[in-house]
Amino acid sequence: MSAAAPAAGLHDCREAYVRAIAELAAEDDRIVAVVNDSVGSSKLGAFRDRFPTRLINVGIAEQNMVGVGAGLANGGKIPFVSGAACFLTARAMEQIKVDCAYSQANVKLCGISSGVAYGELGATHHSIEDIAWLRAIDKLTIIVPSDPWETAAAIKAAAAWDGPVFLRISRMPVPDIARTAGAAFVIGRAETLRSGDDVAIVATGTLVHRAIAAAEALAAEGVSARVINMATVAPIDTDALAAAAATGAIVTAEEGLATGGLGGAVAEYCARNHPVPMQMIGFPGFLPTGSADWLMENFGLTAHGIAAAARDVIARKR
Amino acid sequence: MGKLQTQCAVVQAETRAQPMALRVEHVRAKANWMRRRLLRMIVDAGQGHPGGDLSATDIVASLYFDTLRIDPLSPNAPGRDRFVLSKGHCTGALYTALAGAGFFPEADLDTYLKPNSRLNGHPNRTYLPGVETNTGPLGHGLPVAVGIAVAGQIDAAGYRVFVVTGDGELQEGSMWEAAMFAGHRGLGNLTVIVDRNRLQQGARTEDTNALEPLVDKWRAFGWDVFEIDGHDVAALLTAFDDAALPRSRPRVLIANTVKGQGVSFMRDQASWHHGVPSAAQYAQAIAELEAEQAK
Repeated sequence: MSAAAPAAGLHDCREAYVRAIAELAAEDDRIVAVVNDSVGSSKLGAFRDRFPTRLINVGIAEQNMVGVGAGLANGGKIPFVSGAACFLTARAMEQIKVDCAYSQANVKLCGISSGVAYGELGATHHSIEDIAWLRAIDKLTIIVPSDPWETAAAIKAAAAWDGPVFLRISRMPVPDIARTAGAAFVIGRAETLRSGDDVAIVATGTLVHRAIAAAEALAAEGVSARVINMATVAPIDTDALAAAAATGAIVTAEEGLATGGLGGAVAEYCARNHPVPMQMIGFPGFLPTGSADWLMENFGLTAHGIAAAARDVIARKR
Repeated sequence: MGKLQTQCAVVQAETRAQPMALRVEHVRAKANWMRRRLLRMIVDAGQGHPGGDLSATDIVASLYFDTLRIDPLSPNAPGRDRFVLSKGHCTGALYTALAGAGFFPEADLDTYLKPNSRLNGHPNRTYLPGVETNTGPLGHGLPVAVGIAVAGQIDAAGYRVFVVTGDGELQEGSMWEAAMFAGHRGLGNLTVIVDRNRLQQGARTEDTNALEPLVDKWRAFGWDVFEIDGHDVAALLTAFDDAALPRSRPRVLIANTVKGQGVSFMRDQASWHHGVPSAAQYAQAIAELEAEQAK
């Protein structure tokens, strides 16, 4: 966990997240922010200064925070409920299930500092299980943006979406993803960043730029890799998965558990519809002490690791 | 919103214009009907929570048949008063009140717990108009109600939020997270009624994880606290009339109640937390309630 500013060319997606929320709030007085003593880590200080009555700090009480969010939605607000992803999800899981998803409350849950951003703080502060946990909850949209543009676009799309949404916001420095002009973010629709026929890399969040780098390395070897940015993990874009499966081999990549999350979602779809060899890039479980960068490197959540997994699945193609 | 507020204001003005004795008589008759109807519902379904339903009935009847500014024709009107049943297992009290107030046909009560019924074992807002949030697991309703009250506070909206909690439910930590925050925010538009029947599912609250001194606990969290007889309709209506007054603190009514109130063999028995009367017990219960109504 480093307090230093990201290196040149890299961005902290929280900046885009707070800018987007402030822009929305300026246009729509239904937008409110709810936090659990996390004004600093959520970078919402400027929002509080600009909209003092619309920043609701419940203190260190995640169950109440999510319930309050559902209540604010009942009162006609569009609440962005933000807290460290590890606590927001685990501490308030039943409130997410019952008050938000089952009640279909119009709440936007923002898990900040997701994945292994709090590397050295240990497994208590890693939020690597969140996608797997939340994916099991019906009627909950899960979005994992990959860069600042997508973070802002996802926040705005979530505000316009009628129903509960979980947004997984990273604090890991990421570069901008190169997109074609006019690219639009649509909830539930994957983004094909690179076409290819030999293998498909389905990535989300901070693994997307690494997936592109892996595809470039594979191209140098004459391997054509399709790269799919699966920003919406639930509901998942099955058309994109069918196209991925048509390559005959799939690698998934996420800053979370290797199984159960995005990898699990893709495997379930493929096992039922288009069985193909798969490799899942992610973490195995509770992790040792180390910086976020070290954890990503040590557990193969890298372009190198993705490329190696691609070669492996290609070798297993039938 | 305008139409609703006009309609509700009219209804309320008519209600308020009546002498208290007439208001009490009206609510008591509704409560008696609710008790008979919910027992039939439970007998028909073969499941239910009659003990807690009956302890909460006078409170819920006072809200639905006198206090709440609601419109069954416009159940989601932004300016409506909100009622949240935090003790979500007591659907007998809630469903009979909603049906009696016109949110859905009374005949739907016959579908309770049957396949595909809108009347689930615990309230579901996507199935049933008039339900504000899904409850069932304990400790959920109060935090959601606090959020509604915060929205009303931000908007300076005139609506009021009422919550019925179980007393055993206060053993859930999330209730105190919400109580602490409501006190901090000074949510004068929020009224909590604790259905203090002193029994939880398996035993007395005080033998399980004692709640007393309950008044002191709420007071320490920044609430105005009142103790009340939860079966005294005149006292309930007077307390709810006071919810219209401007306040700077949330308010809790510790409503002393009896589990199974109205049916002699169910009174103060943990075993009737859930349970289904036999045919003979049902006949006796109805006879007792009819005799009470005839008084």
